[in-house]
Amino acid sequence: MTTADTSRRTTTRTTLLELDGLAREFTGPGTTRTIAVDDVTLTVEDGETLALVGESGSGKTTLTRLLLGLLDPTAGTVRFEGHDLARLSPAEMRALRAGMQVVLQDPYSSMNPRMKVTDIVAEPLVTHDVTYRGRRARARLRERVGELLESVGLPARLQDRYPHEFSGGQRQRVSIARALASSPRLVVLDEPTSALDVSVQSQVLDLLVELQRQHGLTYVFVSHNLAVVRQIADRVAVLRRGRVVECGETATVLGAPRHPYTRELLAAVPRPDAYRTRTRTGTGTGTGGGTTGV
Amino acid sequence: MTTQAPVLEIRDLHVDFRLAGGPVHAVRGVSLTAHAGETLAVVGESGSGKSATMLAALRLNPEPPCAYPGGEVLLDGRDLLALPEKRLREVRGNDVAMVFQDPMTSLDPLQRVGNQVAEVLRTHRGASRAGARQEAVRALDEVGIPDPELRARQYPHELSGGLRQRVMIATALVGRPRVLIADEPTTALDVTVQRQILDLLAELRARHGMAVVLVTHDLGVVAETADRVVVMNAGRVVEHGTVAEVFETPRQQYTRDLLAATPRLEPTS
Repeated sequence: MTTADTSRRTTTRTTLLELDGLAREFTGPGTTRTIAVDDVTLTVEDGETLALVGESGSGKTTLTRLLLGLLDPTAGTVRFEGHDLARLSPAEMRALRAGMQVVLQDPYSSMNPRMKVTDIVAEPLVTHDVTYRGRRARARLRERVGELLESVGLPARLQDRYPHEFSGGQRQRVSIARALASSPRLVVLDEPTSALDVSVQSQVLDLLVELQRQHGLTYVFVSHNLAVVRQIADRVAVLRRGRVVECGETATVLGAPRHPYTRELLAAVPRPDAYRTRTRTGTGTGTGGGTTGV
Repeated sequence: MTTQAPVLEIRDLHVDFRLAGGPVHAVRGVSLTAHAGETLAVVGESGSGKSATMLAALRLNPEPPCAYPGGEVLLDGRDLLALPEKRLREVRGNDVAMVFQDPMTSLDPLQRVGNQVAEVLRTHRGASRAGARQEAVRALDEVGIPDPELRARQYPHELSGGLRQRVMIATALVGRPRVLIADEPTTALDVTVQRQILDLLAELRARHGMAVVLVTHDLGVVAETADRVVVMNAGRVVEHGTVAEVFETPRQQYTRDLLAATPRLEPTS
């Protein structure tokens, strides 16, 4: 939670994102109040991957909306590239937004089904760069979209198709291409692979790592899957009821968790090994079943 | 186990979906068995035919477009695919029950939770309204729902995801089925809640001696809960065996790829 764990890094990284005492409260019907994010202080260094881990209702999504400036905090500040988001004019905020993009969990609901992939991927380009607007920019726009699609492993010619013509994994690649269109420095990945099959998931994770290397991207990776987090994150922040209960290097947090909640989370993850944890289900009578049964 | 006849046996099952663009052969000759007191895991990725197979076991695939050009689904030796709809209704929820992934879409939002559990008993056992209600509360209690009297009077939206899934399980188990088919029962849940639900299924299976068929894409869940595994790909069973056999010495490349793609918490040696 302090910046102590990041300052240990040997590389001379600069801070890209700073959250300081960030809080957000929601008012429900009547007088009910929910504190979704409660006094969160975190920094994200340029070029690193910070994972936000927690269960439903832990405040992960609210936190990402706060750091993207999509939601105003009730207390605390968000600084991106040194700018306090709350002090920016709408025009300045718009300009800054080109630098921060998001890939959402569900590639089915995060795209307009009536738009062609060209227009979906081009939207951030058109929004943030006037030279891409208008009929005369069309050819250049298509060329850029083609490049973006190829950078995420899709053929450029697929840009004239509609989202429903793509598989889940391909759609998530389109989401990533769209996120990269405005050449962002920060990409928030909100459960980007949890709707995908494991084999597709591993391809998308590999792609994300490769893109990070190529473009020097910084990731905030939201996930409830600790095994995926181990694979991709440099550091992990564990959220519970809006608070960061533990934060540190991935190997340390997952290998030697200090907070009881982190330990509880880790213990709950089912391991894909035949012998490791099977003692707990020893009550069954069917363990002697042979292969002949199938 | 091998000396005992299976409760559920699927023999060379074929499931087609006859769509406008031509037929899709979703299931192409699947055979599997489930025995009393054991958990059989059916593993596969999207489109492997795992859900179509299990829905076929109760003939719940919409017909048309679905058709069953071949195969048998034997419950105690009786072919369910050959039964008329009326007889099939006696089997569904009674001898064979199902739990689905998303409890929000499989529970009726306009019915109190208790009534939905009681409906099974009213339908299959001809239980009285009061008797069924009492039994429903007991069933909610059995699946570990705190304050079952209160919960029985609530609607699904008033319950958390974990509690809703417990209601689904209570609904499935109240008729004391011999086979429980659970299709991705924990996919929508948090890991700590998933752990509780899996433990609950194991405990109920042991207590009632049911056969549990667990459909999942999560190999971690398989390793921790199943006795035997069937791996499906493109409508076929590509590998089957005990959990130890399939995880330690997978014979098929597909199974090895699937295991390799599964992210792990501990670095593999």
